[in-house]
Amino acid sequence: MTRFSAWNVIKNGFTGQSGWSRQWRDPEPKSHYDIVIVGGGLHGLATAYYLAKNFKLTNIAVLEKGWIGGGNAGRNTTIIRSNYMLKGNREFYEKSLKLWENLSHELNYNVMFSQRSHIGLYHTANALDAASRRYNIMRQTGSDAEIWSRSDLEKKIPHLNYAHDARFPIHGALVQKRAGTARHDAVAWGYARAADKLGVDIIQQCEVIGIKRNARKITQIETSRGSIQADKIAFAVAGNTSRLWQMAELGNLPIESHNLQAFVTEPIKPLLDQVVVFGVAGAHFYISQSDKGGMVFGGDIDWYKSYAQRGNLPIVQDVAECALSVMPCLGRVKLLRHWSGVVDMSMDGSFFICKTPLDNLYLNAGWNYGGFKASPASGWYFADLIANDRPDEIIKNHDLDRFRRGHHIDERGAGADPKLHG
Amino acid sequence: MIQIICPFCGKRDHSEFSYGGDGEITYPALDANEESWHDAVFLRENIYGRQIETWQHIHGCRSWLLVDRDTKTHEIFSVKLAHLDWHILLEKNR
Ligand SMILES: Cc1cc2nc3c(=O)[nH]c(=O)nc-3n(C[C@H](O)[C@H](O)[C@H](O)COP(=O)(O)OP(=O)(O)OC[C@H]3O[C@@H](n4cnc5c(N)ncnc54)[C@H](O)[C@@H]3O)c2cc1C
Ligand SMILES: [Zn+2]
Repeated sequence: MTRFSAWNVIKNGFTGQSGWSRQWRDPEPKSHYDIVIVGGGLHGLATAYYLAKNFKLTNIAVLEKGWIGGGNAGRNTTIIRSNYMLKGNREFYEKSLKLWENLSHELNYNVMFSQRSHIGLYHTANALDAASRRYNIMRQTGSDAEIWSRSDLEKKIPHLNYAHDARFPIHGALVQKRAGTARHDAVAWGYARAADKLGVDIIQQCEVIGIKRNARKITQIETSRGSIQADKIAFAVAGNTSRLWQMAELGNLPIESHNLQAFVTEPIKPLLDQVVVFGVAGAHFYISQSDKGGMVFGGDIDWYKSYAQRGNLPIVQDVAECALSVMPCLGRVKLLRHWSGVVDMSMDGSFFICKTPLDNLYLNAGWNYGGFKASPASGWYFADLIANDRPDEIIKNHDLDRFRRGHHIDERGAGADPKLHG
Repeated sequence: MIQIICPFCGKRDHSEFSYGGDGEITYPALDANEESWHDAVFLRENIYGRQIETWQHIHGCRSWLLVDRDTKTHEIFSVKLAHLDWHILLEKNR
């Protein structure tokens, strides 16, 4: 695999781009691995990379039923931020943001991480007070945060709706400048390429269709490409977690699968330099502009449980209404595409990186709308859990049993109803 | 667009309805142990396929309904009133 460097770019410019090799191998599955990771999304691939890099474990396979990055990894709106407030989440997402800041170098792959600022709009003095609490917690725990007034916003983001008769006039914003976006496909490819280079087998078109186990351990995995045995097995299958869990006859989980849609318009000239988030009185909307010029945005989930990967029209209408109320100038821009992914909504809106009732099975799930930004830290701490067979202090409460202990990690305070954790 | 045939109002777009959730959870007795309450409140079968779920016709007659729907395809197989005695009354008067 050829390394990307200025020198190689120049050299290949003179040799008709003939010196590049394929980015990762396409190996046949072996019958035994030390570790098998099910799911070739960002979390599975990042986990494989950090197992190899941080723990020198390389007899690893990542099994993906379709193609890597074909799930939520390639369907999200790519927003990265660390403005979480609760203990555990705060440290975890800050770690993730720090890993993002060096990820292109780490992987020798340009993931186009762009720290363009995340602007959370607020519409009443009270909401801004609540935001200030978050701001204080962020500042006191080593992150960056700013409060912007309406006039700051008017100067820096001229195209928002500043009309005084807007249904929800803009009052101010909580801003994280180190937040931003990245290119989702590049993140999947970058982790895959770097993991492959360290010896990890990335096996696509390989669906896990059955799991054999005894009372304590998984003994064999049945796949569409034959049986595989492994000392340790890790699930990182996002919206399909319950299906794998039930294949292993482990019963029910604190997770529901829902549809989340996203939208992109035709490319237009530079209009918006930041990520802008609008959420008030039931409305929910987030928008940024891609490097190609498309306005990328999304809103709420479809509200009913679904594995369809196909969204429905009422949300298209809701999101369009939000778009026009925040940025009326978008009124004549044409929508180019919209799509949907199956998100693993948890009972308190927070994730699970934890051990399971089986000795050799580890779980990574419950990412709600927000697992893209989490990918580096998710891989980092999941690899650490698998290698050392114990969770790091930071994620010790992100286990399946937390509801039994009354330890909900509920950023929104929305309660035990997965569809409310946006 | 998913359309739900409300027993009172007829076929309507699902945007008139509000989603409740799983319709087959049976809540334990009030004085049951914590474990059974934990399971009922926090654990979900998260069915891949047909499931019974509740919807409320919030912008219509406001009845709660039990809907048999496929989570893979969104196809609906049957709609009943959630309050069983009402359902029986309705059938009788048909
Ligand atoms: C529309 C949308 C917008 C989003 N926006 C954001 C955002 O702005 N910011 C943010 O932080 N997060 C966002 N998210 C969430 C984020 O995309 C997900 O939380 C994250 O991608 C989930 O982790 P993953 O990449 O590992 O999942 P996936 O990419 O879904 O990976 C899971 C993989 O497992 C595979 N798999 C499933 N079953 C099997 C099986 N039986 N055998 C083998 N393989 C299997 C699937 O094919 C899939 O490739 C968004 C999600 C969606 C859908
Ligand atoms: Zn009705």
